[in-house]
Amino acid sequence: MTTSKRMSLIVTKGTLDWAYPPFILATTAASMGLEVSMFFTFYGLGLLRRELNLKITPLGNAAMEMPMLGMHLPMPNMVGMLPGMDAAASVMMKNLIRRKGVASIEELREEAQESGVRMIACQMSFDLFEFKKEDLIGGLEYAGAATYVETAANSEINLFI
Amino acid sequence: MTVKVLDVTGLSCPLPILRTKKAIKTMAPGEMLQVLASDPGAVQDFPAFCRQSGNELVETGEEGGAFKFLIRRGA
Repeated sequence: MTTSKRMSLIVTKGTLDWAYPPFILATTAASMGLEVSMFFTFYGLGLLRRELNLKITPLGNAAMEMPMLGMHLPMPNMVGMLPGMDAAASVMMKNLIRRKGVASIEELREEAQESGVRMIACQMSFDLFEFKKEDLIGGLEYAGAATYVETAANSEINLFI
Repeated sequence: MTVKVLDVTGLSCPLPILRTKKAIKTMAPGEMLQVLASDPGAVQDFPAFCRQSGNELVETGEEGGAFKFLIRRGA
Protein backbone atom coordinates (compact mmCIF):
# COMPACT_ATOMS: atom_id res chain seq x y z
CA MET A 1 0.00 0.00 0.00
CA THR A 2 1.34 3.42 -0.95
CA THR A 3 1.89 5.93 1.85
CA SER A 4 -1.15 7.97 2.80
CA LYS A 5 -1.38 11.22 0.89
CA ARG A 6 -3.24 14.41 1.61
CA MET A 7 -5.40 16.36 -0.82
CA SER A 8 -6.67 19.88 -0.38
CA LEU A 9 -9.30 21.41 -2.60
CA ILE A 10 -10.33 25.00 -2.82
CA VAL A 11 -13.89 25.28 -4.11
CA THR A 12 -14.76 28.61 -5.68
CA LYS A 13 -17.74 27.91 -7.93
CA GLY A 14 -21.35 27.25 -7.09
CA THR A 15 -23.13 26.03 -10.20
CA LEU A 16 -24.35 22.46 -10.61
CA ASP A 17 -21.72 21.55 -13.18
CA TRP A 18 -18.88 22.98 -11.09
CA ALA A 19 -20.15 21.27 -7.95
CA TYR A 20 -19.29 17.83 -9.30
CA PRO A 21 -15.51 17.92 -9.68
CA PRO A 22 -14.74 18.85 -6.04
CA PHE A 23 -17.23 16.42 -4.53
CA ILE A 24 -16.35 13.52 -6.82
CA LEU A 25 -12.63 13.99 -6.24
CA ALA A 26 -13.00 14.48 -2.49
CA THR A 27 -15.19 11.42 -1.92
CA THR A 28 -13.16 9.20 -4.20
CA ALA A 29 -9.87 10.29 -2.63
CA ALA A 30 -11.27 9.72 0.86
CA SER A 31 -12.42 6.24 -0.15
CA MET A 32 -8.89 5.52 -1.33
CA GLY A 33 -7.35 6.43 1.99
CA LEU A 34 -6.32 10.02 1.36
CA GLU A 35 -6.82 12.71 3.95
CA VAL A 36 -8.97 15.34 2.25
CA SER A 37 -9.85 18.91 3.06
CA MET A 38 -12.15 21.24 1.14
CA PHE A 39 -12.09 25.01 1.52
CA PHE A 40 -15.30 26.60 0.23
CA THR A 41 -15.01 30.22 -0.78
CA PHE A 42 -17.03 32.75 -2.78
CA TYR A 43 -19.62 30.97 -4.86
CA GLY A 44 -18.42 27.65 -3.51
CA LEU A 45 -20.06 28.59 -0.23
CA GLY A 46 -23.43 28.03 -1.92
CA LEU A 47 -22.61 24.32 -2.11
CA LEU A 48 -22.85 24.23 1.67
CA ARG A 49 -26.46 25.43 1.85
CA ARG A 50 -28.80 23.13 3.74
CA GLU A 51 -31.29 23.21 0.89
CA LEU A 52 -29.45 22.97 -2.39
CA ASN A 53 -30.97 24.43 -5.50
CA LEU A 54 -28.04 24.32 -7.85
CA LYS A 55 -28.35 25.70 -11.33
CA ILE A 56 -26.55 25.80 -14.63
CA THR A 57 -26.76 28.40 -17.35
CA PRO A 58 -26.25 27.90 -21.08
CA LEU A 59 -25.20 31.56 -21.36
CA GLY A 60 -21.63 32.24 -22.27
CA ASN A 61 -20.87 28.54 -22.13
CA ALA A 62 -19.64 27.84 -25.64
CA ALA A 63 -18.73 24.27 -24.69
CA MET A 64 -22.21 23.34 -23.55
CA GLU A 65 -23.72 20.89 -26.01
CA MET A 66 -26.45 18.76 -24.56
CA PRO A 67 -27.34 15.24 -25.74
CA MET A 68 -30.70 15.97 -27.33
CA LEU A 69 -32.47 14.93 -30.50
CA GLY A 70 -29.85 12.26 -31.07
CA MET A 71 -26.96 14.71 -31.25
CA HIS A 72 -24.91 17.13 -29.16
CA LEU A 73 -27.07 20.22 -29.38
CA PRO A 74 -25.29 23.56 -28.92
CA MET A 75 -27.07 26.15 -26.77
CA PRO A 76 -26.97 29.52 -28.59
CA ASN A 77 -26.79 32.60 -26.35
CA MET A 78 -29.79 34.05 -28.19
CA VAL A 79 -31.85 31.18 -26.81
CA GLY A 80 -30.10 31.01 -23.46
CA MET A 81 -30.99 34.61 -22.61
CA LEU A 82 -34.74 33.99 -22.83
CA PRO A 83 -36.60 34.11 -19.51
CA GLY A 84 -36.81 30.75 -17.84
CA MET A 85 -34.00 29.16 -19.83
CA ASP A 86 -31.65 28.80 -16.86
CA ALA A 87 -34.33 27.08 -14.83
CA ALA A 88 -35.21 24.81 -17.77
CA ALA A 89 -31.57 23.93 -18.38
CA SER A 90 -31.06 23.17 -14.68
CA VAL A 91 -34.08 20.87 -14.56
CA MET A 92 -32.98 19.10 -17.74
CA MET A 93 -29.49 18.61 -16.37
CA LYS A 94 -30.77 17.18 -13.08
CA ASN A 95 -33.04 14.77 -14.95
CA LEU A 96 -30.16 13.67 -17.15
CA ILE A 97 -28.00 13.15 -14.08
CA ARG A 98 -30.65 11.01 -12.41
CA ARG A 99 -31.34 8.97 -15.55
CA LYS A 100 -27.67 8.16 -15.97
CA GLY A 101 -27.22 6.90 -12.44
CA VAL A 102 -24.96 9.76 -11.44
CA ALA A 103 -25.00 10.71 -7.77
CA SER A 104 -26.72 13.89 -6.68
CA ILE A 105 -24.61 16.59 -5.05
CA GLU A 106 -26.61 16.05 -1.85
CA GLU A 107 -25.55 12.40 -1.80
CA LEU A 108 -21.90 13.19 -2.55
CA ARG A 109 -21.81 15.89 0.07
CA GLU A 110 -23.23 13.52 2.67
CA GLU A 111 -20.65 10.89 1.69
CA ALA A 112 -17.91 13.48 2.06
CA GLN A 113 -18.97 14.31 5.59
CA GLU A 114 -19.43 10.65 6.52
CA SER A 115 -15.96 9.75 5.29
CA GLY A 116 -14.32 12.46 7.35
CA VAL A 117 -13.53 15.00 4.65
CA ARG A 118 -12.63 18.23 6.42
CA MET A 119 -15.00 20.95 5.20
CA ILE A 120 -14.03 24.54 5.84
CA ALA A 121 -16.19 27.55 5.03
CA CYS A 122 -14.43 30.78 4.18
CA GLN A 123 -15.36 33.25 6.94
CA MET A 124 -14.82 36.25 4.68
CA SER A 125 -17.17 35.00 1.97
CA PHE A 126 -19.67 34.04 4.65
CA ASP A 127 -19.70 37.61 5.93
CA LEU A 128 -19.50 39.17 2.47
CA PHE A 129 -22.62 37.44 1.19
CA GLU A 130 -24.36 37.82 4.54
CA PHE A 131 -24.96 34.12 5.16
CA LYS A 132 -26.37 32.93 8.46
CA LYS A 133 -25.16 29.79 10.22
CA GLU A 134 -28.59 28.22 9.90
CA ASP A 135 -28.41 28.63 6.09
CA LEU A 136 -25.56 26.15 5.93
CA ILE A 137 -25.12 22.51 6.90
CA GLY A 138 -23.55 21.54 10.21
CA GLY A 139 -20.14 19.98 10.71
CA LEU A 140 -18.23 22.86 9.14
CA GLU A 141 -15.19 24.75 10.27
CA TYR A 142 -15.17 28.50 9.69
CA ALA A 143 -11.76 29.91 8.90
CA GLY A 144 -9.70 32.16 6.69
CA ALA A 145 -6.94 32.15 4.13
CA ALA A 146 -4.19 31.26 6.59
CA THR A 147 -5.99 28.05 7.47
CA TYR A 148 -6.30 27.20 3.81
CA VAL A 149 -2.62 27.94 3.19
CA GLU A 150 -1.61 25.69 6.08
CA THR A 151 -3.68 22.78 4.77
CA ALA A 152 -2.30 23.35 1.28
CA ALA A 153 1.29 23.53 2.51
CA ASN A 154 0.75 20.16 4.16
CA SER A 155 -0.98 18.45 1.25
CA GLU A 156 0.71 16.60 -1.56
CA ILE A 157 -2.20 17.38 -3.89
CA ASN A 158 -3.68 20.87 -4.12
CA LEU A 159 -6.53 21.61 -6.46
CA PHE A 160 -8.16 24.93 -7.31
CA ILE A 161 -11.65 24.39 -8.66
CA MET B 1 -16.10 -18.67 2.54
CA THR B 2 -19.19 -16.86 1.29
CA VAL B 3 -18.47 -14.12 -1.18
CA LYS B 4 -20.51 -10.98 -0.66
CA VAL B 5 -21.98 -9.58 -3.88
CA LEU B 6 -22.34 -5.88 -4.58
CA ASP B 7 -24.34 -4.86 -7.63
CA VAL B 8 -23.56 -1.32 -8.73
CA THR B 9 -24.73 -1.73 -12.32
CA GLY B 10 -26.49 1.34 -13.63
CA LEU B 11 -24.46 3.65 -11.41
CA SER B 12 -21.89 6.12 -12.71
CA CYS B 13 -18.57 7.21 -11.29
CA PRO B 14 -17.85 7.69 -8.42
CA LEU B 15 -20.71 5.64 -6.95
CA PRO B 16 -19.30 2.18 -7.83
CA ILE B 17 -16.11 2.99 -5.90
CA LEU B 18 -17.89 4.71 -3.01
CA ARG B 19 -20.34 1.84 -2.54
CA THR B 20 -17.48 -0.66 -2.75
CA LYS B 21 -15.55 1.18 -0.08
CA LYS B 22 -18.62 1.14 2.17
CA ALA B 23 -19.08 -2.60 1.65
CA ILE B 24 -15.41 -3.31 2.33
CA LYS B 25 -15.63 -1.41 5.61
CA THR B 26 -18.15 -3.97 6.88
CA MET B 27 -15.89 -6.91 5.99
CA ALA B 28 -13.08 -8.54 7.93
CA PRO B 29 -9.57 -8.70 6.44
CA GLY B 30 -9.37 -11.62 4.03
CA GLU B 31 -13.07 -11.62 3.18
CA MET B 32 -14.07 -11.40 -0.47
CA LEU B 33 -16.43 -9.09 -2.33
CA GLN B 34 -17.74 -9.60 -5.86
CA VAL B 35 -18.62 -6.29 -7.47
CA LEU B 36 -20.76 -6.04 -10.61
CA ALA B 37 -20.52 -2.75 -12.46
CA SER B 38 -21.71 -1.43 -15.80
CA ASP B 39 -19.61 1.75 -15.85
CA PRO B 40 -16.84 1.24 -18.46
CA GLY B 41 -14.58 3.51 -16.40
CA ALA B 42 -14.67 0.89 -13.66
CA VAL B 43 -12.27 -1.26 -15.67
CA GLN B 44 -9.46 1.16 -14.83
CA ASP B 45 -10.91 2.49 -11.59
CA PHE B 46 -11.11 -0.73 -9.62
CA PRO B 47 -7.46 -1.72 -10.07
CA ALA B 48 -6.44 1.84 -9.12
CA PHE B 49 -8.71 1.78 -6.09
CA CYS B 50 -7.35 -1.54 -4.93
CA ARG B 51 -3.72 -0.54 -5.43
CA GLN B 52 -4.16 2.70 -3.53
CA SER B 53 -6.30 1.36 -0.71
CA GLY B 54 -4.37 -1.83 -0.01
CA ASN B 55 -7.06 -4.25 -1.13
CA GLU B 56 -6.36 -7.13 -3.50
CA LEU B 57 -8.03 -7.38 -6.87
CA VAL B 58 -8.21 -11.16 -7.15
CA GLU B 59 -10.02 -11.54 -10.44
CA THR B 60 -11.72 -9.50 -13.14
CA GLY B 61 -14.15 -10.57 -15.80
CA GLU B 62 -17.32 -9.90 -17.69
CA GLU B 63 -20.70 -11.48 -17.26
CA GLY B 64 -23.95 -10.62 -18.98
CA GLY B 65 -22.75 -7.21 -20.10
CA ALA B 66 -21.46 -6.27 -16.66
CA PHE B 67 -17.86 -6.05 -15.43
CA LYS B 68 -16.94 -8.24 -12.49
CA PHE B 69 -14.33 -7.44 -9.86
CA LEU B 70 -13.44 -9.92 -7.14
CA ILE B 71 -11.80 -8.08 -4.27
CA ARG B 72 -10.20 -9.41 -1.12
CA ARG B 73 -10.09 -6.99 1.77
CA GLY B 74 -6.55 -6.19 2.85
CA ALA B 75 -5.47 -5.38 6.39
